[in-house]
Amino acid sequence: MFKTYSAKKDKVYQILDEKGNLVLPEEEPKITKETLLKMYQTALFARRADIKALQYQRQGRMLTYAPNIGQEGVQIGTAAAMEEKDWFSPMYRDLSIQLYRGESLENIYLYWYGNERGSLKPKGVKNLPVNVIIGSQTNIAAGLAMASKIRQTDEVTVFTVGDGGTSHGEFYEGLNFAAVFDLPVVGVIQNNQYAISTPTNKATKAETFAQKGVAFGIPYALVDGNDPLAVYKTVKTAIERARKGEGASLIEAYTYRMGPHTTSDDPSIYRTKEEEASWAKKDPLIRFKNYLIKKGYWSEKEEESYLETIEKEIGETFQKVESYGAKVELKEIFEHTFAAMTPELKSQMEEHEEFLKEVK
Amino acid sequence: MAAITLLQAINQALDQAMANDERVVVYGEDTGFEGGVFRVTAGLQKKYGEARVFDTPISESTIAGAAIGMAINGLLPVAEIQFDGFIFPALTDLVTHAARFRNRSRGQYSVPMVLRVPHGGGIRALEHHSESIEMFVASVPGLKVVTPSTPYDAKGLLLAAINDPDPVIYLEPKKIYRAGRQEVPEESYQIPLGKAKVVKPGTDITVVSWGALVRMVEKAALEVAKEGISVEVIDLRTLVPYDKETLIQSVKKTGKFMVVTEAVKSYGPASELIAMINEEAFYHLEAAPVRFTGFDITVPLARGEHYHYPSEEKIISYLRKLYLAKP
Repeated sequence: MFKTYSAKKDKVYQILDEKGNLVLPEEEPKITKETLLKMYQTALFARRADIKALQYQRQGRMLTYAPNIGQEGVQIGTAAAMEEKDWFSPMYRDLSIQLYRGESLENIYLYWYGNERGSLKPKGVKNLPVNVIIGSQTNIAAGLAMASKIRQTDEVTVFTVGDGGTSHGEFYEGLNFAAVFDLPVVGVIQNNQYAISTPTNKATKAETFAQKGVAFGIPYALVDGNDPLAVYKTVKTAIERARKGEGASLIEAYTYRMGPHTTSDDPSIYRTKEEEASWAKKDPLIRFKNYLIKKGYWSEKEEESYLETIEKEIGETFQKVESYGAKVELKEIFEHTFAAMTPELKSQMEEHEEFLKEVK
Repeated sequence: MAAITLLQAINQALDQAMANDERVVVYGEDTGFEGGVFRVTAGLQKKYGEARVFDTPISESTIAGAAIGMAINGLLPVAEIQFDGFIFPALTDLVTHAARFRNRSRGQYSVPMVLRVPHGGGIRALEHHSESIEMFVASVPGLKVVTPSTPYDAKGLLLAAINDPDPVIYLEPKKIYRAGRQEVPEESYQIPLGKAKVVKPGTDITVVSWGALVRMVEKAALEVAKEGISVEVIDLRTLVPYDKETLIQSVKKTGKFMVVTEAVKSYGPASELIAMINEEAFYHLEAAPVRFTGFDITVPLARGEHYHYPSEEKIISYLRKLYLAKP
């Protein structure tokens, strides 16, 4: 009478193993050298930018910060599979995707520095601002894609969500909506094993997050999130389907948050050093670098000089943000509430201006 | 008596409630194993086990909604919403069910649940972590709303909330979780809901506030006292049902009324309190009542928050003006 679904036979799709060897050479995606280098360099840049941000935070120079360390592989594979015209509806731990798709580190730092101006994207970059409300980006993604469908553009919308985010109603409601209307949506679950301190076995009873696609009636895939090539290929396939009008799909990228949830979090409370060490071996940057070196596209020497360059660039970027980021004009906190400031807002602002003059 | 922080007082209240009544259960996001992101529930899972103190999926709607079912079925759930700005998915369950079950069932069912919510701004946090949500819950018929400003009150009000037969939203002023210590009795005690507290008596102006801002108002009052302005400071403690009588009596004495809150000005809690005073003590007013509030804007990120968040200086400025105001 009752059936249970098992995803145990679903193998995790992997092209590159931990050491950077091609385990499925026939599956190796055709990516140009230029793109591969952009992918790797962006991932490395994001890693260093995170590490520096954590340092700045400890020095009291940065505010609460959510690093993407460990998740660069899934992010860079996802970003590279997208086209410029595609929409990205993010969560809040997507630094590598943000950078790859053309956001500046300066603005990203500025945002985490506590200044809304950091959410401004360069013209033509179709990344929505950081979304802190868990899972709600799914609904927005469904809406972006609905508009693409109605307006008959060939954009695809990609959204990311964490393992924890799949517990939210919006994840189910949004993906169901996307499924029902065959919307061009690709959902990428970055399963980094923890929702702050809560492990995935307390977020789902299902064997995988990927299999949730079954219930939506959409195709799903389970991919090694630390393998940028496998992620790239999976996301690319999903995007192509979506672009052809074949509807939504769901991808679970199995990865690991190597850093804290945010700088307010202490992972030593809920996970062991052994566990962290076992995942360090699966670091996406290690396998990607080895792969590139084997292909003759990259070398330790180039890495060294690249690191030196970006170290300087990242440091200078943060100093620049520090030089102006703390200054916010009173007007800025009012003027974007509505297209035109209401008389009430204007009077509240003017009253505060008066007060500021009074105490000067 | 030991001197403890407001956060420790809440922990102690939960601990004693669980020890004294096995119907009490505590849960939320990261609430069990880790003891919450603020560590308010630290140690409880170890002491009372995973069945009574547990972590949930990130599902605010179900955190609130399941509390309704648990409460109907014989438990006293004390659930946690991790941050004020995360409560919105839970509003469906609070508004459509928690608040209405007593009425819908003509008193057959009641929902004795408590929803704890770290509340308010001034901590330089990320978006959605510094919200004032009074108006979203206090305007719902059937929900009680409580917010303490001291460790002593935090413990007594929480125990009263857990003991209350109706759903209570318990707003915790996170800015002052660890801001100071106060001697708090070891034993279990309750502070009745619906009773305000006169923090500082005065004769010229009545100021009512609640949560993290009470201390700021008190400091401002002490400052203007040096200029001869005598301010009566009232900590509302319970927003629903609120203590009309204490406010009315105070205004009848002072003739001047100001509400200090970080919530929005338009349609916010200050408007309700002033409307009531206009109705009940209009002929005793010697000047127009004053709303000292946050602006009608999205709470700014850290670098712009100082404009929005109330300051002692600005409260002082308002007090001086109100003191001089004439009908």
